[in-house]
Amino acid sequence: MSSSVYARIRENPKFQELVARRSRYSWALSAIVVLVFYGFVMVVAFNPKLIGQPVAEGSMWTVGIVFGLLMFICFWLMTAMYVHRANGEFDNISQDVVQAAWKESQ
Amino acid sequence: MRHLLTTLSLLLLSGLAHAGPAMEGAAEKQPLNMHAIAMFLVFVAMTMGITYWAASRTKSAADFYTAGGGITGFQNGLAIAGDYMSAATLLGLTAMTYTQGYDGYLYMLAFFVGWPCILFLMADRLRNLGKFTFADITAYRLNQGKVRTMAAVSSLTVVCFYLIAQMVGAGQLIKLLFGLDYNIAVIAVGALMMVYVTFGGMIATTWVQIIKACMLLFGGTLVMLLALSQFDFSYTKLVARATELHAKGFSLMTPGNLLSDPVTAISLCMGLMFGTAGLPHILMRFFTVTDAKEARKSVLYASGFVGYFFNVIFLMGLAAILIVGQNPEFFEGGVVGGKLIGGGNMVVMHLAKAVGGNMLLGFLAAVAFATILAVVSGLALAGASAISHDLYARVIKKGSATEASEMRVSKIATIGLGIVAIGLGILFEKQNVAFMVGLAFGIAAAANFPVLILSMYWKGLTTKGALAGGYAGLISAVLLVVCSKSVWVNVLGNPAPLFPYEQPAIFAMPMAFLAAWLVSKMDGSAQAQAEMEAFEDQFVRAQTGYGAAGAAAH
Repeated sequence: MSSSVYARIRENPKFQELVARRSRYSWALSAIVVLVFYGFVMVVAFNPKLIGQPVAEGSMWTVGIVFGLLMFICFWLMTAMYVHRANGEFDNISQDVVQAAWKESQ
Repeated sequence: MRHLLTTLSLLLLSGLAHAGPAMEGAAEKQPLNMHAIAMFLVFVAMTMGITYWAASRTKSAADFYTAGGGITGFQNGLAIAGDYMSAATLLGLTAMTYTQGYDGYLYMLAFFVGWPCILFLMADRLRNLGKFTFADITAYRLNQGKVRTMAAVSSLTVVCFYLIAQMVGAGQLIKLLFGLDYNIAVIAVGALMMVYVTFGGMIATTWVQIIKACMLLFGGTLVMLLALSQFDFSYTKLVARATELHAKGFSLMTPGNLLSDPVTAISLCMGLMFGTAGLPHILMRFFTVTDAKEARKSVLYASGFVGYFFNVIFLMGLAAILIVGQNPEFFEGGVVGGKLIGGGNMVVMHLAKAVGGNMLLGFLAAVAFATILAVVSGLALAGASAISHDLYARVIKKGSATEASEMRVSKIATIGLGIVAIGLGILFEKQNVAFMVGLAFGIAAAANFPVLILSMYWKGLTTKGALAGGYAGLISAVLLVVCSKSVWVNVLGNPAPLFPYEQPAIFAMPMAFLAAWLVSKMDGSAQAQAEMEAFEDQFVRAQTGYGAAGAAAH
């Protein structure tokens, strides 16, 4: 029933651009999360002493806690960034593309 | 030490997976805790009211499986967080921070990082392609009967292993917290779960989860604030005094030998990340929201709550070192530094009692019971939908089943699963079931996740490839766990394990991907050609949501 609509959407250059932009964004964010986290796991596995060092002489804040807390906060902010852009910019383009294809097929 | 940590790691895996803590050995029965029982009864009364209300709104199959797709992102976020912050998380991770310090924090980070990736790579496509079960996505353009059978088999395997771990954990925990008999506890959990799911379906399950998540966030925050007030809300003061007192000294803040072996470390982290993305009851939550917008929001809220609560748990664990660790009242025979009353997992309960008296203890115990109940319900619903939606309606009836008969089958399946869960729970009482959670995770990561992600991202996947990948992952994960120390040595009593690692993910996942890729590539049939061509339409729907299952109108 909707195969012709799908074909029209696919042919729309705006759709191609949406796909390219969104996948660039989501892969980039995923790569950051994976690289930062597994990099951190490598430090834990190979240089655990560093994780327990205080960030400053005599401070009770250690490298592992500060870095871990930063990961919690930054990764969460990245999810907020993604949701903001996907629910705004990307969804608007997607809606336009679908509407255009739907109108054409009427 | 190493063994203890591995056991602990499985126990904590069960945390993510919402299993009750699979405590080793028989827990001692405690005296009846009236505060806890009273508060739990209030919770049950409230959730029964909700189930009654939900039953009147559960008319169609969509209502039953996915609450009619009408849950908002915020509600679903709370429900996912409720799934994630289980009794084992609360008890096990606080205990781990109390004894191991920084290792607890590491675990929580590993539990957390899967969520951003699920959002970036999967959330949209899950919502846009799925309807009731994740097999809707894998079977979208492939052979319905074969692919759904495979998905249902691995879903049910995951669900059953989980249910066993849950039920045994629940029985032990309730015996400890409430002073109830083990069998009564297991039957009570099973019976309540059957009532929630058969009458209220996903609507009731979701609201039970939401209420429980709010209670847990509230209770945890309160305990943390009361505990921190003893240190003037100063992290510096807390850590200075905790590291001074703790046997490990300042190295409390250094990772122990938990992740010292890189293969285990990476395999564990992979299992956590990809296992979560392959758990049928977690995936099912994505189909309960209106559209992809709400699906994304639900991950944002869920990860926010989870991240916050993990930090609360870490602070509670540190504070417990000082508040619980110096109080003879919480040690057997009053010997400070000896064995904690009720075992190591009771740290957070003791902390609640120390800072808030019996009322707070009762509240937290009731929350722990509620948690198990909510999680068991979600699992049963996921298992029942694999039976009714995938096996009955699509494989046996080939799509010709009426909605009413499909719903009837799912209710019968729920009752069946409940009875099986009670039976297995009683049967496995004295067994160490920690490995079952590892097994469930391994299967989810190796059998469900690869096929699911390939079906969404790779045009070349064919039915034969999906079957090869799914079964390769399922069989290799099961075999690796059986040959590992936790089953081969601890359960079967052999002297040495055949496979040196406990975590199968790093080996089983590549096998699944490789099998799926190789077999798909070699599949030159006309059917395979048609399946690849069908990817184009699927791709447009995945990207735009055009044609996606909408919210049911009420």
